[in-house]
Amino acid sequence: MTPVEKTIGNVANFVDERLGAAGWVKKSLNKVFPDHWSFMLGEVCMYSFVILLLSGTFLTFWFDPSQRDVIYNGVYEPLKGLKMSAAYASTLDISFEVRGGLLMRQIHHWAANIFMAAIVAHLLRVFFTGAFRKPREFNWILGILLLTLGLVEGLFGYSLPDDLLSGTGLRITSAIIQALPVVGTYISFFLFGGAFPGTGFIPRIFTLHILIIPGIFLAVITIHVMLVWYQKHTQFPGVGRTEKNVVGHPILPVYMAKAGGFFFVVFGVIAFLSAVASINPIWLYGPYTPGQISAGSQPDWYMGWLDGLVRMAPPLETHAFGHTISWNILIPALIVPGILFTGMALYPFIESWITGDKREHHLLDRPRNVPNRTALGVMSITFVMVCLINGGNDILATNFHLSINQIMWFSRIGVFVLPPLAFVITKRLCLSLQRADRDLLLHGSETGRLLRLPHGEFVEVHEPISTEKAFLLQSHEQPIALEISEVDSRGVRRPGALKNKVQRRLSKAHAVSVPKVSEQELKEIEHH
Amino acid sequence: MKRLSRYRRHKAAGPFLLILALLAIGTTFSVASATVKQSTTTFARSAAIDEGKQIFLKGCSSCHGLNAEGGAIAPSLIGVGAASVDFQVGTGRMPMADMSQQAMRKKPVYNAEQTAALAAYVASLAPGPAIPDDSVLNYERDGNTAQGGELFRNNCAMCHNFAGQGGALTQGKYAPTLMGVEPKYIYEALITGPQSMPVFSDKTITPAEKLSLIKWIKSAEAEPNLGGATMGRIGPVTEGLLAWILGIGLLIGIAVWLTTRAR
Amino acid sequence: MDDSIAPAHAPRSTDIDPKAEKRAEQQIAILFGLSGLGSLLLIYSYVFVTKDVFIFIPVMGNQNAQQLGIGIGMAMSLFFLGMAAIHWAKTLMSDVEVVNHRHEFRSSDEDRDAFVKTVKTGAAAAGLGRRKLIKRSLGAAIGLFALPPVLLLRDLGPLPKKQLETTNWKAGTRLLTDPGNRPILASDLEVGAVVQVLPAVEHEDERPLSDIAKDPVLLIRLREQDFALTPEKLAMTHDGIIAFSKICSHMGCAVALYEQQTKHLLCPCHQSTFDVPRGAKVIFGPAARPLPQLDITVDAEGYLIARAAFSEPVGPSFWERNSQ
Repeated sequence: MTPVEKTIGNVANFVDERLGAAGWVKKSLNKVFPDHWSFMLGEVCMYSFVILLLSGTFLTFWFDPSQRDVIYNGVYEPLKGLKMSAAYASTLDISFEVRGGLLMRQIHHWAANIFMAAIVAHLLRVFFTGAFRKPREFNWILGILLLTLGLVEGLFGYSLPDDLLSGTGLRITSAIIQALPVVGTYISFFLFGGAFPGTGFIPRIFTLHILIIPGIFLAVITIHVMLVWYQKHTQFPGVGRTEKNVVGHPILPVYMAKAGGFFFVVFGVIAFLSAVASINPIWLYGPYTPGQISAGSQPDWYMGWLDGLVRMAPPLETHAFGHTISWNILIPALIVPGILFTGMALYPFIESWITGDKREHHLLDRPRNVPNRTALGVMSITFVMVCLINGGNDILATNFHLSINQIMWFSRIGVFVLPPLAFVITKRLCLSLQRADRDLLLHGSETGRLLRLPHGEFVEVHEPISTEKAFLLQSHEQPIALEISEVDSRGVRRPGALKNKVQRRLSKAHAVSVPKVSEQELKEIEHH
Repeated sequence: MKRLSRYRRHKAAGPFLLILALLAIGTTFSVASATVKQSTTTFARSAAIDEGKQIFLKGCSSCHGLNAEGGAIAPSLIGVGAASVDFQVGTGRMPMADMSQQAMRKKPVYNAEQTAALAAYVASLAPGPAIPDDSVLNYERDGNTAQGGELFRNNCAMCHNFAGQGGALTQGKYAPTLMGVEPKYIYEALITGPQSMPVFSDKTITPAEKLSLIKWIKSAEAEPNLGGATMGRIGPVTEGLLAWILGIGLLIGIAVWLTTRAR
Repeated sequence: MDDSIAPAHAPRSTDIDPKAEKRAEQQIAILFGLSGLGSLLLIYSYVFVTKDVFIFIPVMGNQNAQQLGIGIGMAMSLFFLGMAAIHWAKTLMSDVEVVNHRHEFRSSDEDRDAFVKTVKTGAAAAGLGRRKLIKRSLGAAIGLFALPPVLLLRDLGPLPKKQLETTNWKAGTRLLTDPGNRPILASDLEVGAVVQVLPAVEHEDERPLSDIAKDPVLLIRLREQDFALTPEKLAMTHDGIIAFSKICSHMGCAVALYEQQTKHLLCPCHQSTFDVPRGAKVIFGPAARPLPQLDITVDAEGYLIARAAFSEPVGPSFWERNSQ
């Protein structure tokens, strides 16, 4: 035995005599993870989170989370002698006096933006491939929770420096809280420690931002990843892949090297962005005071769609019995996002109710084979995009010489018209792709070479596709519409007639699909 | 008579008569106009006003009226002062290229002398804000950058954006960028309130405060981007775009490479 | 679908060609080397490059050399480390795919029965089902127990009381410029002029931000004939000067974007547009109420003063707001 092997052996013995972990560690090291680039989006989320923890810890060593007034006396001339909060002044010090401080601030903020973007990309991948189906519904709900927490954490994070732009965002946050019926003003005064902006808000969101929410994140991410570990990752259909196995590379050494390496790559890309691209230049925004505002005030992109919703809301308020209800705030800021997020969280159960499918699924769907789900996803993306565009309507107007009023009207109408349009177009596209797959399977791929037959006919030469591809094109299931008869076996009318009718209708729509190539058709082709 | 007509068909007759005619017209004209010129050269300012009036009639009266009284498509210029004209014409906004929502800054049509003449003419119609002299524009000496920043954020940022990059107004109008604008024009815009911009009278923002404003704008213009490329100093919209396009794009690209089999 | 058909395995060039293998090793070494170079660049920039050095980069303009050096150094050291590990895994580590089998999640029937038995025995041992007195007193105790954690948070903030409904504007309060805190004569304003004002208070240099969240007022001068107001609203103006709260009635941003020619006020947050000649009436956008108008006049010395406090709360709406 070499000295290295001997040392490893001694360490392993030490641990095993106390924990008895040999069996479990061996099983883990042999665990297999399937390889597909889209499976790495969740890793980008996780690694960005680690980067946020590391860079955030660095920042806490210098940041002063206090709203007490100080006079700035640092190196940045255009702000010298001005009154500002200690939070803002300490952020300026981090940016200009601490070596690597501005870089760390930018790493933290770019990592946050990429964290949220990766969560959305990962969510879309899981949605479009149907990875949320049984047994992974709970993990999906945890994911939606992480998305929501991320929104809040990001909002608190960019509000900590107390600059003009984020302070404006807090003003809007307090207006949303204040608009809540009955309890709004009380909650707002308690959270802010008085009338807006209060003196207690920055210290409190600091505690939430560095302790409470990251703690919840750590716990939820651990459960989320452990569930993937325990339930094993899903995989795309292919030769040798079934519902009962996982095909891929073992953790030691391949997956460890690739995944570990990817962490450094993600960190490197974020560091590169932070070195060359400026983000959140708070010294240009100035310290927050409620009497000032900048043209083109937007929140970070992951809140931007909410801003767009608020902008396009109709000016509705109810004034009755000496009280006011601001529908123009409640609908876009709370009710619509509430419906959207609840719908997202419950979607696995909604879909299994529609299809009546209660089986486990470990093989992923190709999006074209589930036209209804794919179209629903594209519809939701379209909705959010229209809101996002409206959120930046003044930026678009300034830079492309448009009118904010026209963009606003486009959004007000578009938010109702464009999503259903996107649904219809996407569904039709999926069905076309299914037909193309069918043709590919039955007739082979088109080579573009023409052949003239002896009797004069021109035909295009088709090449048969590879066995792997043929396997893939046959691997999906033909969706079946639910059959729920109105009367049961004894002729008694079933309860819940309306619910059943809705279920049947939705199931039928969900099952619209191009028929799969049957065994018989394949045999016929083979003899062609 | 017979002697003259003997040379009628001489080959030099044509050119000779032409030169004679030119000399005759030229002398008559000089003599005639010399009398007019003599009475106005004594006053240089009234020459500028006159020249201004001529330029005005040629290039501006079709919209602003023959007496600058305004019309359906252009406001009256009576009382706007020399400063307004110097700003609008000097930045090339006037004459307006097309009848769009607002006049855009472009290459000036008139040179400095013609602009001064126009300004003198409009100033002669009624009292109005004067062109600030260089002596009152010494912002480096008389301005305070930090105070200018506070003033800017209070009075200007809501239209022109926190870094003077410009912003949107209603119906397609916009507040233009303040980058690369001469201090004189900034001062004139403040006192004359061009197009949608309100007037910032000297009593409410004092001349010293105006100089602080200019000093801050110039310092923001000169300031390098301290954290890296800023994509226009517009804010989170461009930052979000970059995070998706460059950040997620690069990472997906590397993920694709990572999961592809080596050859 | 049969998992005995394993996916076809084609060898890589590094599996069969020793020269390709050697080349891959060298490539990995170069990548590690680049990572090391990055670390050195970071250390050098941190220690030796001073904060005031700027270098010119095409397209990006003048950049801070220390920031760029530390950043690019860090990026290189991390990125190439990762790329080296990935390249190593791709080219040299075994790329034969392995098959793991999935087990059914559903526990066996024996396990399920044992579980039910354990829970039943345990619950019976606790005896909660038959011990009604314990059950009821437990319920009451836990119910009361839930209240203190909520109560302990009561002192997070004061009760709103009338704070949302009052500002520092009272009868006779002078209008002062913001910044500068100078009083304003009516003649200081030309037609088309706009001024940001704050009320005269005791300590003008130490205004708390919570006051600045309610007090700012915008003064605009029009010509008397431009107004289209009710007689009582017109009486609140002075000689063509009209005053509105600068705090948007929608969500509280500062509304100060005044378009001199159209006489519209635009709030940059959500594009609510207010028409000044008609008393800041909302003509576009999500705001539901016009901006509150301040009743102004001049005092004996000619300085602009408020004739009365605002007749309604300024700023965004809230439940208790009587908006009639």
